[in-house]
Amino acid sequence: MDASGFAPDPLIASDIAAYLAAQQAKALIRVITCGSVDDGKSTLIGRLLHDTHQIFDDQMAALTSDSQRIGTQGQAIDFALLVDGLAAEREQGITIDVAYRFFSTPRAKFIIADCPGHEQYTRNMVTGASTADAAIVLVDARKGVLTQTRRHSYLVQLLGIRHVVLAVNKMDLVGYDQAVFDAIVADYQAFAASIGLADVSAVPISGLGGDNVIAAAPAMPWYAGPPLLGLLEGLDVSDDAAAARPFRMAVQWVNRPDLDFRGFAGLVNHGRVRPGDAVRILPAGRTTTIARIVTADGDLDEAVAGQSVTLTLADDVECARGSVIAAAEAPPTVAGQFEATLVWMAEEPLLPGRSYLLKLATQTVAATIQPPKFAINVNTLEQVAAKTLELNGIGTVQLATAQPIVFEPYADSRDLGGFILIDRASDATVAAGMIHFALRRSQNIHLQAVDISRDAHAAQKGQKAKVLWLTGLSGAGKSTIANLVEKQLHLLGRHTFLLDGDNVRHGLNKDLGFTDADRIENIRRVGEVARLMTDAGLIVITAFISPFRAERAMVRAMMAPGEFMEIHVDTPLAAAEARDVKGLYKKARAGQLKNFTGIDSPYEAPDAPELRIDTTMMSAEDAAMLIVESLIG
Amino acid sequence: MMSLTHLQRLEAESIHILREVVAEAENPVLLYSIGKDSSVMLHLALKAFAPAPLPFPLLHIASGWDFRAMLAHRDMMVARHGLTLLVQHNDEAAAAGVDPFDTPTPVYTRLMLTEQLKAALDHHGFDAAFGGGRRDEEKARAKERILSFRNAAHAWDPKTQRPELWRLYNARKPRGTSIRAFPLSNWTELDIWQYIALENIPIVPLYLAAPRPTVERDGMILMVDDDRMALRPGETAVERSIRFRTLGCYPLSGAVESRADTLDTVIQEMLLSTRSERLGRAVDHDPTASMEKKKQEGYF
Repeated sequence: MDASGFAPDPLIASDIAAYLAAQQAKALIRVITCGSVDDGKSTLIGRLLHDTHQIFDDQMAALTSDSQRIGTQGQAIDFALLVDGLAAEREQGITIDVAYRFFSTPRAKFIIADCPGHEQYTRNMVTGASTADAAIVLVDARKGVLTQTRRHSYLVQLLGIRHVVLAVNKMDLVGYDQAVFDAIVADYQAFAASIGLADVSAVPISGLGGDNVIAAAPAMPWYAGPPLLGLLEGLDVSDDAAAARPFRMAVQWVNRPDLDFRGFAGLVNHGRVRPGDAVRILPAGRTTTIARIVTADGDLDEAVAGQSVTLTLADDVECARGSVIAAAEAPPTVAGQFEATLVWMAEEPLLPGRSYLLKLATQTVAATIQPPKFAINVNTLEQVAAKTLELNGIGTVQLATAQPIVFEPYADSRDLGGFILIDRASDATVAAGMIHFALRRSQNIHLQAVDISRDAHAAQKGQKAKVLWLTGLSGAGKSTIANLVEKQLHLLGRHTFLLDGDNVRHGLNKDLGFTDADRIENIRRVGEVARLMTDAGLIVITAFISPFRAERAMVRAMMAPGEFMEIHVDTPLAAAEARDVKGLYKKARAGQLKNFTGIDSPYEAPDAPELRIDTTMMSAEDAAMLIVESLIG
Repeated sequence: MMSLTHLQRLEAESIHILREVVAEAENPVLLYSIGKDSSVMLHLALKAFAPAPLPFPLLHIASGWDFRAMLAHRDMMVARHGLTLLVQHNDEAAAAGVDPFDTPTPVYTRLMLTEQLKAALDHHGFDAAFGGGRRDEEKARAKERILSFRNAAHAWDPKTQRPELWRLYNARKPRGTSIRAFPLSNWTELDIWQYIALENIPIVPLYLAAPRPTVERDGMILMVDDDRMALRPGETAVERSIRFRTLGCYPLSGAVESRADTLDTVIQEMLLSTRSERLGRAVDHDPTASMEKKKQEGYF
């Protein structure tokens, strides 16, 4: 090992201006490292940082003392301690989260995402892989290609990383034996070809000893190729390909300081753009031309992929956050149904039919997911039947969005083909998705324009359409109150319709049971029916347990603003159970009724209902009167 | 074919992040510490939203012990760009005699900086705060996402970080929680200095070497910035040519002896230095993993 970790480029001392100019010309290469636990990833990265002289004396001193205290290499330096940053990680001797490390060489600058190898942290690896140009796949020479190696390589391929470097590590522990290396490489190449990884190079190394990390290893004269760092420096990571594609820019923010200026701020996703270029604004579809490319440093003659700019348009067309400004002659697809690969990243599994938020570029829309066509067993890469996706599960699904979105296949565009799914209740990111293509039916079904508008329907009845959505536990009194409300409204000459849970389940929804997925579908259908009725101008009263916040939010989103009135018929579980009009609680307690809300299935009370009825304080008649009053005003 | 330099790429990425957060947050703020990273942040923010004015205010957590040159620089920048500046200061603790000399540093930092940051964010209802943190600074930062979520008590939980893919940032959050956003995550110290030089970004003069009154204390060179600094027996203020690698409260900021009075020579010295940047900060001299611990308590 070198005496010191630090030895700067001689040009810094002799000609700092020349050194700084040279920095500007360097490529920035983003790399992820992946491999199984104990393949020596952290050690390799520590070694890269050390041998490229990125470790300062004080860090080296801390590392030396840490190595003595908590290292795993006896008296020697434990390079892994340089990157295992979190206290929890040091306690367990493993890496939990993606760590980003920086180093530069005379030829390139690197950002390395160190990705944990544990099965349960696949989501971190996907995070690291999503922005990487290249992947270092580490294999322990003693163990060869493992299940984890295959899993990580599959993810590398799935996320579309262009270059793979197979680093066969710990060669010192197999006597620097070429036969071992050749066998592992052959094994891996066969696997890589089978999943469509094209650009794979391989290098035998010892991260611990530094063999073939930055310099050739005397111990392995049989290897004639460049060391690991040389392989990385030689990668072509230019984004000429992105710049050569047709122009697209997703609008992030409308810049409107005064009435005279209206600019659209965004990062150019693909291609190049000049003032005067014809563009189409999607999804609205109007065409116009680019007037100016505005930046704080003055107007530009041209902007290319990767630049953040503000565009102004020649015409006053509809364009907002979420719009995509695209080359008029080659616009991207607009559709509402697609096939995609999903990587599920939450503890709570995918619920087909539930309304999630889908964010793609700057568009955020509601989306529902069909049960997977199949899931991928990432160990065998077989397609297996699946009804859902669990944490770290990967599968092919069909999705439908509430509004059409602008996109491109992921294979063509990370920016416009990659999306995340967000849980509406927790706001957590629950999945990453990569779009394959739009489904034909979504391009062929168009909404039929009708001549009598919903407002006309309502106006003829002399009322405003409304949904009075009663939610609460079984036995809370929803149906009783709903009936009274309808009677009173009827007497007042209003046109109403009552949708009741039990009645709907005898007809429209008789194919559905009481699992979470079926409950969601039950509410979705009721929501759609209620929406059609509001289109007809009716006041719709519904009485459904509707236990989940996400589905109530989904129905609310189906209606026009202000049309949905959430009414929480609030009864303590004990009170509802004491009433037990239908004897259902008794059955549920006896285990004869599964998935009963309040007993073995949760009820998520509304956070901010338009109205809350406390049935312990109020009779059904008073409750109905309160509802009617708040409606009529 | 025109190709972007790596600094142009970093700039575009940071501007993209600034715009995403502004588009999705309800009430963002820029935490302005007046240091070099804050100066780059402010510059990028002005660029991101031009020709519109900055769509958020600046928040300065003033300990009362900032270098005078920092406050002058702050006020100059605010006047030049017509910025909205909010200043938060713990009057109560200051009146009670909490100061950087006699109060143990962790207590002082918590009372004057961390708690004040939390109080200011709560008081103004900011749901997103931009900070100038970089991943090359420290081990815990290296693992933090660009959009980092804090619970209602402003605590960071490294075990529940959201996956963060591509250029997609999920800025949605449950009520009561907030975002710390780090648009400079992928910059290195060299990138910061080079960008300051290329873009002519104004910085506090203390970053450049000049003769200044100093004392040597506990292994650090401290600048005697005003007469509140009582000299210990045997100490006399000595004029040394010094500069600072990081700026904060002057009694806690160690200077380096240097003749580098231009950006190029500062960069040259930095690249030749064998000591890391945060070494001059007393606040970082806590036990290992302290940054992670401080972040869990709500430190930026």
